[in-house]
Amino acid sequence: MTERRRPRRSLTRKSAGALADWSVPRQLRGAPDKTKAAESAMSRGLRPRLEQADKVGTSICPYCAVGCAQLIYAKDGKPIHVEGDPRSPINQGTLCPKGAATFGLMLSPQRLDHCLHRAPGAGEWRRVTLDWAMDRIAHLAKRTRDEGYVARLPDGTRLNHTLSIGSLGGATLDNEENYLIKKLFSGGLGMVFLENQARV
Amino acid sequence: MPSLGATYGRGAATLPQWDLANSDCVLVMGSNMAENHPIAFRFVLQAKQRGATVIHADPRFTRTSALADIHAPLRAGSDIAFLGGLIHHVLEHDLWFRDYALPYTNLSTIVDEEYQGPEELDGLFSGWSEESKRYSPQSWQYQGVMMPSSLAEAFIETEGFCEAVKRLHEGPTPKDPTLQHPRCVYQILKRHFARYTPEMVERATGCPREVFLKVAEALARNSGRERTGAICYAVGWTHHSTGVQMIRAAAILQALLGNVGRPGGGILALRGHTSIQGSTDIPTLYDMLPGYLPQPHALKPHQDLAQYLEAETNPTGWWHNFPKYAVSLLRAWYGGAGNKENGFGYDFLPRIVGDHSQLPMTVAMRDGIIKGLFVMGQNPVVGGSNSLLVQRGLAQLDWMVVRDFAETDTASFWRDGHLVRSGELRPEEIGTEVFLMPASLSGEKAGSFTNTHRLLQWHDKVVDGPGDSRSEHWFTYHLGRRLKSLYADSTREEDQAIRALTWDYPVDEEGEPDAEAVLQEINGYTWPERKLVQDFKELKEDGSTACGCWIYSGVFPEEGRNLARARKPDGPDGPGTHLGWGFAWPDNRRTLNNRASADPEGRPWSERKRLVWWDEDKGEWQSPDKVDFIPTKRPDYEPDWEKKPAGMDAISGHQPFIMIPDGVAGLFVPSGLKDGPLPAHFEPVESPVSNPLYRQDANPAAKRWEHADNPIHATGDPRFPHMLTTYRLTEQHSGGTPTRLVPTTAELMPEGFCEIPTELAASLGIRSTDWVVLSTARGEIETRALVTDRLQPFRLDGRLIFQLGLPWHYGWAGYATGDIANVLTAVVGDPNTAMHENKALTCALRPGRLPRGKGES
Ligand code: SF4
Repeated sequence: MTERRRPRRSLTRKSAGALADWSVPRQLRGAPDKTKAAESAMSRGLRPRLEQADKVGTSICPYCAVGCAQLIYAKDGKPIHVEGDPRSPINQGTLCPKGAATFGLMLSPQRLDHCLHRAPGAGEWRRVTLDWAMDRIAHLAKRTRDEGYVARLPDGTRLNHTLSIGSLGGATLDNEENYLIKKLFSGGLGMVFLENQARV
Repeated sequence: MPSLGATYGRGAATLPQWDLANSDCVLVMGSNMAENHPIAFRFVLQAKQRGATVIHADPRFTRTSALADIHAPLRAGSDIAFLGGLIHHVLEHDLWFRDYALPYTNLSTIVDEEYQGPEELDGLFSGWSEESKRYSPQSWQYQGVMMPSSLAEAFIETEGFCEAVKRLHEGPTPKDPTLQHPRCVYQILKRHFARYTPEMVERATGCPREVFLKVAEALARNSGRERTGAICYAVGWTHHSTGVQMIRAAAILQALLGNVGRPGGGILALRGHTSIQGSTDIPTLYDMLPGYLPQPHALKPHQDLAQYLEAETNPTGWWHNFPKYAVSLLRAWYGGAGNKENGFGYDFLPRIVGDHSQLPMTVAMRDGIIKGLFVMGQNPVVGGSNSLLVQRGLAQLDWMVVRDFAETDTASFWRDGHLVRSGELRPEEIGTEVFLMPASLSGEKAGSFTNTHRLLQWHDKVVDGPGDSRSEHWFTYHLGRRLKSLYADSTREEDQAIRALTWDYPVDEEGEPDAEAVLQEINGYTWPERKLVQDFKELKEDGSTACGCWIYSGVFPEEGRNLARARKPDGPDGPGTHLGWGFAWPDNRRTLNNRASADPEGRPWSERKRLVWWDEDKGEWQSPDKVDFIPTKRPDYEPDWEKKPAGMDAISGHQPFIMIPDGVAGLFVPSGLKDGPLPAHFEPVESPVSNPLYRQDANPAAKRWEHADNPIHATGDPRFPHMLTTYRLTEQHSGGTPTRLVPTTAELMPEGFCEIPTELAASLGIRSTDWVVLSTARGEIETRALVTDRLQPFRLDGRLIFQLGLPWHYGWAGYATGDIANVLTAVVGDPNTAMHENKALTCALRPGRLPRGKGES
């Protein structure tokens, strides 16, 4: 792994170096402008960021439904770069401003890394553990479901449902996630207020 | 999308995006494709470079218009008048592709003598009940034949339905191939669209006649044997109270021009969120089960499995296989707990009783019916219509779980929301218990998305999400596990479904369930051996197979072969169908109804537009695509009606629309749509003007939710004189969470604004960047003015009507902020889909700012 490093030099040596680095004289002397003439001491020292990657995986843009393919490069378990997958017949390596923001999305300073809980009437969040949140949610879901469950209409027609819990979301999630959500919420709990962004 | 489903048999894009490059003409309408689906728009530009004509019909002049050969401006919400005009033009001048449309559509089919349309009934179709505000489709049927719908729900509420549809086994639907019969679909169409003349188009849409005619001529010129055209649309069509019928009008036009199932032809539905197609196929939606099977309904003949299968199985066409798919799904969900007595677990399924979609959900929260809410990757405070109603609803809940990568506007409604800001409520008065849980993003979990053209593409897990971030696989799986243990000892009948639910997915050391194991269940396997099935043709109705979503079957045909993960594109010399890249449902077919790319005898319509053909020597259809037909069914096959054929046996060798019970595209739709068998122009529910076409102003069947918090403007209400249309920006995404909370995209589009026509701005003394207030009876917002000529005013019957354009992504969370556009919108929607009407409503505009509320000192 090469580090990006700029040599320290004195001011005069620096300007002399800069002059030697200046590409125009070399171009005028006939050096090809896209290769040799374009080189400078600094550019010779630059290394592609992707060289540092210890892992690369294929991904799909999380924004719109065009479905542009991406490559995610990571180092030490952290993403270091996201770019369009050149093999894709959809995007052939390109990404739009949103797709190109995927790296910024993954590393957004706004990202949350712990669970928050706001008690009824509270004026602020408090931090809770994932386990506590999961237990509490399971407990609330069971209680609310059971309170609102209707097994049958008065004439005996089966309803098997609860109107008291709703769920929104799915269009940003994986097919497998949608499958589990529908299976558990509808097939298991009897929820019918189950919707995603398809209509909005 | 019921429109494409009802017309062609499947509610999805008919062609892959890259195939647009093969078009000779692309009409983009109801979409600003260059800005909102930029990477897909490259294919439109490739077509243009090869000589195709590109047309953009839209109220706004956008980058799509700038790159088009023709921009046709039209008044927001007048799309059916425009498209109806195109249909009229094509019929009137005999420009339709006769050799294609006559055999491949229901043009020659004869309709029941009771049928009457808006011509006779001044804006209504026969079957309207003023009392229930609903249509009965009884009189829309074919003569002597009841047609079940090809949509998720086949059953139609009419007398003797289950018996009446059996007539389909007895012979073809009644036809007059000479098209002379006054009640054949061709003659009905001619009468129905007679008033959609170029003059009427100009009057109703504001589009100059010459521009309209240029569009009509370009479309007609680029159709026929040698040429094809495509139509691309997005939510600019669906977000209307007539949205389904707008798409229907486009679907009729494309079938008349012979553009469906052929290279470079068809209809591309451009969808917004990354897997919105997937979440419709495997629906986190109230009214369907995976694979477009209807969710059982308490008030329909769905009492037990036998009834459900009888009511919902079409006698003819591919959907005759319905029982195999339904029983296999039940087996996947309930495994060994399903048996003959409980209908393989059918008795566990919840029954719906009405419309439980997002708009009525909003009302149900407000009215205290819904007490707990899960929100996963959605931001209803910004994205939901009538945001104040949404926020009042959230404040009524006992609890809410928000799962996202950061704090969304929805998660913080109790602290930063409008009700708190305006002083209506203090946080202490909001009793909602809120959980905010960090969610993993796509590079942080493995799984598949389904893109806008039905393509499943897998994404890998590359890194861990930060801290407690978890996937929805993880969350749902572990919530399910906890619930199963809470209910483990219950003997109550109502708890048996959750106890029976199969929930044994392998997990890794971090407890993450294996997404490939879930995809295998979706693909299907034999039961109980769990040997993966090759495709849906292996599914059985006797309980010996399990399959989570039949249309995805084939995505995982054997261990180790996850085809969503396939990454082999065609080379430059390849056919360009890219069968080795991802997996398209159904059965990896890239172009739907592609049998229609060959003539009835099985020959390609032309060399230039070759895709599928019959090979007599091999006795098989050939194609660089997968053939969307029975591979060995001869083109001259005719059903033997003596034998009362069922399923595909009743579909001839030259009927390409295999999901429709009579094998042809439904230009006239007898069953399945709630607002008529044909599209007719109605004004938006809120419009500054009366309907120039019929006495009936708005779609009579449009969904309206009467509620004190949801007042609707009357037509022509002088307090709200302008049209408002909402739209999206390239740099922002939907409810804004994944872009307003990300520095780069927030910086590119940092603040909300409203586009205001120059003349109107001048008359109100508004200059660009001034503050303005927009208001409706639902609420008011302040934003910055962007004075522009991009939104032309229109003159209708002597009145000048201005249109305003408002991006709807903004909210208070994140770096890029602005007032929420949906504070202005109403909970009203399309009768078929319950989609809202945020592309056309009325509003008022004034310069200045809003008074700051008590909560904001
Ligand atoms: S890169 Fe842009 S066009 Fe491509 S999927 Fe992402 S948001 Fe859509």
